[in-house]
Parts: sequence; C-alpha cells; structure tokens
Amino acid sequence: MYSDKVMEHFKNPRNVGEIEDANAIGEVGNMKCGDIMKIYMKIENDRIVDIKFKTFGCGAAVATSSMATELVKGKTIQEALTLTNKAVIEALDGLPPVKVHCSVLAEEAIKAAIIDYYKRQGIDPTPIVGCDGDCHSCKHE
Amino acid sequence: MRKVYVDNAATTRVKEEVLKEMLPYFTEEYGNPSSLYEMGGRTKKAIEKARESVANALNAQPREIIFTSGGSESDNYAIRGVAESMKKKGKHIISTKFEHHAVLHTLEYLQKIGYEVTYLDVYEDGIIRIEDLKKAIRDDTILITIMFANNEIGTIQPIEEIGKIARERGIIFHTDAVQAVGHVKIDVEKMNIDILSMSAHKFHGPKGVGALYVRKGINLPNLIYGGGQERGKRAGTENVPGIVGLGKAIELAYENFDEKHDKILNLREKLIDGVLSTIPYTRLNGSREHRLANNTNFSIEYIEGESILLMLDINGITASSGSACTSGSLDPSHVLLSIGLPHEIAHGSLRMTLSDENTEEDIDYILKVLPEVVQKLRDMSPVYDKVKNNK
Repeated sequence: MYSDKVMEHFKNPRNVGEIEDANAIGEVGNMKCGDIMKIYMKIENDRIVDIKFKTFGCGAAVATSSMATELVKGKTIQEALTLTNKAVIEALDGLPPVKVHCSVLAEEAIKAAIIDYYKRQGIDPTPIVGCDGDCHSCKHE
Repeated sequence: MRKVYVDNAATTRVKEEVLKEMLPYFTEEYGNPSSLYEMGGRTKKAIEKARESVANALNAQPREIIFTSGGSESDNYAIRGVAESMKKKGKHIISTKFEHHAVLHTLEYLQKIGYEVTYLDVYEDGIIRIEDLKKAIRDDTILITIMFANNEIGTIQPIEEIGKIARERGIIFHTDAVQAVGHVKIDVEKMNIDILSMSAHKFHGPKGVGALYVRKGINLPNLIYGGGQERGKRAGTENVPGIVGLGKAIELAYENFDEKHDKILNLREKLIDGVLSTIPYTRLNGSREHRLANNTNFSIEYIEGESILLMLDINGITASSGSACTSGSLDPSHVLLSIGLPHEIAHGSLRMTLSDENTEEDIDYILKVLPEVVQKLRDMSPVYDKVKNNK
C-alpha cells in the first residue's frame, strides 16, 4: 500500500521530538479525525534553524510529518511557505489517495507554526501566510 | 525474525489435510458433477459428502445446505431472499448496529426499496438485550438477522434465546455465523436457527466458498437462474475443489474441538492479561466472558491503529485494526462506535485473533514487542504528551 520511501520515513522518522526554546509552534488536526501534527521550530533571522515534530496518526501521517520537516529544515520562512502538499507527496514517491489529506495536514502544520511565529513577533500573519483557518481569532472580515 | 500470524478473523491458513483433499479435484477428478459419466458421478458424490459434513457439524439435514461463494453471498441471499419471499406478510426486519457490512449494506439497500429495519443496541459489552428484541418485534416483522459472533470484538450473542423468541413469534431467524462456525459448537435445532451463513476460509478452508443453511420449509427465491445445481437455487457448475475443502475443513474444525478450544482460550487469556497489565491506558473491547476463544480487541489510547499495525508488521507480527485507515475509509470502526467508544479511542484499536496454530512462544513474542511499539508511538504522540504533563 505504501511506497518504500513512506515506510522508510515511518520506520525512521526524521526530526521527532520537541524544541524546548521553540519560537514557533503549530498544531493541526484533531483526535476525532485520527490525525494530529504538532510542529516546533526555532527561527533565527527568518531562517528555520531547527525543526521537530510530534504526530498522532497513521503511517502516512508520520511519514509526511517527517518529510515535510526535512524539506523545510534550514530554509527561510519564505521558502518554507512555498512548500505544498504535492511536493511532500512527490518526495515520498506517492501516497495512496485516501492518505492525501495527511500531506495537506503536514503543509498546514508548517504554516501554522509560521503563523504562530509571526503572532509572537506582533506581526499580522494573514497578508503573508494567508488564512489560517482559525475563524474565531480572525480579525479579517 | 519470528513470524506470528494473529489475524485469523480476517482469514486462516488452509490446513494441509484440507489442501490434500482438494487437489485431486483439479487435475484428476475434474468431471462436471452434472455429467452422466462416471467421473461426473464421482465429483457429484464428493459434493454430497461435503454437504453431509456441513450438515453434521450443524445438526442439520444435507438437503438444508446450499453451497455459495462465501459469507457475503450467503448473507445477501438470506436477507434479500427472505425479504422478497415474505413481503406480503410484512416489511420489517430486526438486526443490530454492529453487523458485518455484508448484512448492514444489504439492509440499507432494502430500506431504500421500502423495508423498515430496527437496529438493536449492543451496549458496552457488545451484546444485545433480549428485552430490546422483544420490544422491537412487530406484527409485520418478517426477519430477525443477528450475527452469531462479531467479527471485530468477537462477542457472542444469546443465539438460543433469540431463536426461541423468533420461533414463538413465527419470525424467520437468520444468523451470520461466519466468525462462529468452526469456533463455537452450533446446533441449529437446539438454537432454533432458521438460516445460517458460513465461510470456509474462516476455519482453515479455502477462500471463495461458503454455505447457507436454510431450514426445510423455508422457500427462498432462486439466487442464480440457470441449471439445476443446488436444487435450482444457485445455478452454475459447482466449485468442486472448494466445496470439498469446505467439507474437510469443517470436519477438522470440530475434531478434538474441546482440546483445541481450551488451548486457544488459554493463549487468549494470557494475551489479554499480558497486554492489560504491561501497557497503561489500554482496554479490552467487548465482553471478556461471552467472547470467541480466539478474539482479542484492544483500544490503546493516544496512538493510532494503523501505526501500531505497521510497526507490528515490521516486527513480524500480522494483526489488524478496527481503525479506519486499514479499510481505506477514514471513519473509525462502526463496531467500536456501536459499543460506545468515542471517535478518538476508536481510532486506536488493535485486533489479534488466534488459531490452534499459535503457540505460547507467539504470545510471549507479542508481549515483548507490543509494549515497545506502543512506547515508541506514544513518544511520538503529541496527545500522550498532554496526558503525561497532566499527571
């Protein structure tokens, strides 16, 4: 069902864990759907110098988290924001159709962490990152 | 690496004796059972011998057995057949919320064409309440279809009591016994079962063959029109090797039954005790007492079912999950939801189903590997962090 690449990232996920002094944390998904991804970043001079994740979910959820963190590690925020779920799928040599949502979640988790970073800096993230889907705290009509 | 197969509710390994019995019917005894020449006569005889074996296992008559392609066909035929033949009497059917999809989807189809279905609750223990059944019966109830044993959590229904009530009220009683045949002693007379579905590959027979027991006097419409096979009910040249395999498998399943049953039960108890005592935040789903001897189904909180399965597979253990992900759908198991598990816990289930081919060493191996796998996944789980931090 899964490509060798997905299984390899599931067996040996990269960047698992937490960053104690993270200055960007994003969490997406919910228990009811069966997937939660939490991303920790250490951003210095607009560059993601360290990144870790914790994921509750299926094999694809773990593998996409692992791959997404690999793809943005060391990149600038601007570069990280161009990460698409499609790029994650391609890097993993494909995902079964029912698992595509995991790659979307991975993309959203990266964005959520960056949104958190901007908020902590007192910068409105919406013009830069776009809608974060959190309707309750949104100031834009 | 050690290989441990504990997914016997999904399918079983064909026993050597079964395969040996089947093989001649591919290359030597290949005559059409409907043909007049001698070779045809011999294959016809082989089919009838298998029919007798199936009937004996259920305390039924050979003429009450119809061979089919398996459990799903048997369930479909039983339910649609009764619905059609009894529609003048009524259009109400009683079932449960946690039937196999072969039953549930058939009932959904019937609802679309004007039948009414009452789905009984199965409560936290995975067992219906007889009082609920009595209350659900109406004057226009034509069929009660309740599974013998559940495919995910292995809970066994009070079949004899259900049969008694159905008989008293003159309602046909069908039971999907796909998980029960070969694993539980069944007596259709004593239990008042009118129609019963079974599938050979669930008790070490081949895939693609099953049977339906239909009590004499119940006249189902023909399933497949064509030749006169299966007394015209299901036309088409018979799957001779498959039927022979089914006959042998059911004979073997009930040979030394008590001995094998006790062995499996002991292994299961060891597995349940081991899992519950070594892994925190786990629970056994469904009644432990009224349960198939080979079934375990655990909820392991804060991790997800598919991840557990993949990780076990990497370690040579073949199990399954009620979790969404495995079935290609994203909804958690309807069985686990039906016994009241919240969605988030229903996502993290692990089913391990044993057979007499499993050993103590297999269980020891599972009890060594599983806690490590669970710990690894929990260490990766943001949900478990919150639990740890709240302590």
